[in-house]
Amino acid sequence: MRTLSLILLAVPLMAQKHGAGRTPTDQEIRGLGATVAPDGTGLPEGSGTPAEGRALFAARCAKCHGEKAMGDVGPRLVGGQGTLATAQPVKTVGSFWPHATSLWNYINRAMPFNQPGALSHSEVYAAVAYLLEINGIIGPKDTMNARTLPKVRMPNRDGFVPDARPDIKR
Amino acid sequence: MAKTSRRQALRLGAALGSGALAQGEEARLLGTPLGPYGERSRHVTSVRTMRQTRTPEAGSSATPLAETYGIITPSALHYERHHAGIPDIDPATHTLTIHGLVERPLVLTMAELRRLPSVSRIHFLECGGNSGGEWGAKTGPDVQRSYGLASCSEWTGVPLRLLLEEVGLKPKASWLIAEGADACRMQRSVPIVAALDDAMLAYGQNGEPLRPAQGFPLRLLTPGWEGNVQVKWLRRLHVTDQPYMTRDETSKYSDLMPDGKARLFSLPQEAKSVITFPSGGHTLDRPALLELTGLAWSGRGRIERVEITFDGGATWRDARLDEPRFRLAFTRFRLPYRWDAKPAAIASRATDETGYVQPTREQLIAARGANSGYHFNGIKFWRIAAGGQVTNADA
Ligand code: HEC
Repeated sequence: MRTLSLILLAVPLMAQKHGAGRTPTDQEIRGLGATVAPDGTGLPEGSGTPAEGRALFAARCAKCHGEKAMGDVGPRLVGGQGTLATAQPVKTVGSFWPHATSLWNYINRAMPFNQPGALSHSEVYAAVAYLLEINGIIGPKDTMNARTLPKVRMPNRDGFVPDARPDIKR
Repeated sequence: MAKTSRRQALRLGAALGSGALAQGEEARLLGTPLGPYGERSRHVTSVRTMRQTRTPEAGSSATPLAETYGIITPSALHYERHHAGIPDIDPATHTLTIHGLVERPLVLTMAELRRLPSVSRIHFLECGGNSGGEWGAKTGPDVQRSYGLASCSEWTGVPLRLLLEEVGLKPKASWLIAEGADACRMQRSVPIVAALDDAMLAYGQNGEPLRPAQGFPLRLLTPGWEGNVQVKWLRRLHVTDQPYMTRDETSKYSDLMPDGKARLFSLPQEAKSVITFPSGGHTLDRPALLELTGLAWSGRGRIERVEITFDGGATWRDARLDEPRFRLAFTRFRLPYRWDAKPAAIASRATDETGYVQPTREQLIAARGANSGYHFNGIKFWRIAAGGQVTNADA
């Protein structure tokens, strides 16, 4: 994304003008919950393995995503690698998502769909580990945590380009 | 009736098949009394349509564009697109936290936000996936079900710039990670670019507080950009030096090209227009002079021109644009149209203030393939049959 040209707002660092609001404590900011950058900044403690994730997925995710994660009420979460440039692209976590960290961030905030926020941080690592493993991205013995997850290289890591519009000239 | 004799009146009444029409014969009923909150007439029944889904909390509902007048969408008919349902938020306890690469992190209550200098402006809001069915064969039969994920309101709020000045951006600050208070804590990365000069933290919509479905009590409004980035139920802005590549800006709302690469952050909604009358589902019952009308909008500024074709795109005529025309807002266009009971293929073509002309569907597919899914703004044809039935030409 470095190529995305940014014209920064000319925001002057002037003295506080309206004095609205108050300064939050660090604890209050942490209390808002984890938010994770592609380089892993913001990932919390905890860890999970594909094996732990397999059990969790069967219990908490499979009823919507299917036993083999092939999709049902919720979208398909496995396969599709090599299809993006074809007439029938299959976009999944494994084939499309550029960053493994985004997967942790999303599952932590939004899944299970009917109980978002219910998983512990380690359960989220386990779910991520399982999805990465069934997509052939990590091995069955690889443990995911704040140090290992950012190092995972997703197959479609370089598959994104900046907005090129307007792309149609008269 | 004033000079009609009683006998004449009685005869008139009888002739009209009613026993007691004459003035003075029977008193008229009083209407209903005053009320604290207005309802629309029971004879007015237009509603949003909802797509079939097993997870209605992560679905969309569409505005009946052909049943609205002018440029403002009634708040109750504003389109919806949610990913985890509509939260029930008490504005007395809701707060917005701004932190990260700032000099002075802040937490603000709604009361504090409402006390700050504010602006009110008319802007459209459109889902990045609106009319996405037109890329393929999944489009809807009428303008509501094919183009209805777009609406236009007057929004009131605090300019984002004012709050960024209030917290003081650090030199490396270049993105805002916006987060909602809905169950999925919707999260989008927002580049801090010049276009954000139009952005506001909105708490008002069409003269009243935001409707819950549009983000009550607070939403991000980045006028002209795709709807998803304008995070509803806004609870925090985390200022960073990079986008966070969240699910809804990578897995979703990115445009997949034929070479397998996907474009990211296609934020402005490009110039677009659609005829709302006559449009799919309408029937023209007899040859007549009609008023053709529709809506045009652009995420890059004001609409300057809308042209209409009646012959499938061979010839075009300028439509009249309602004034005033606002930047980044619906513009209503109109053109008298004599329908002579012959088949026709009608469409509108918008040009915005940058000179950009709404492309054809074929041009879009030539440039992006048919699998990009989002950000479709092609010229929209409706087919009028000799019998007057109007259908979606692309369905
Ligand atoms: C009640 C049904 C349900 C359950 C249970 C559920 N999901 Fe989901 N999931 C969904 C739906 C629906 C979506 C799409 C949400 C949207 O579009 O906003 C989704 C989306 C996702 C996605 C994003 C896919 C993509 O490519 O964008 C991931 C990843 C995911 N779920 C993982 C999980 C995991 C892991 C679990 C178990 C911990 C889980 N889900 C449990 C219904 C469910």
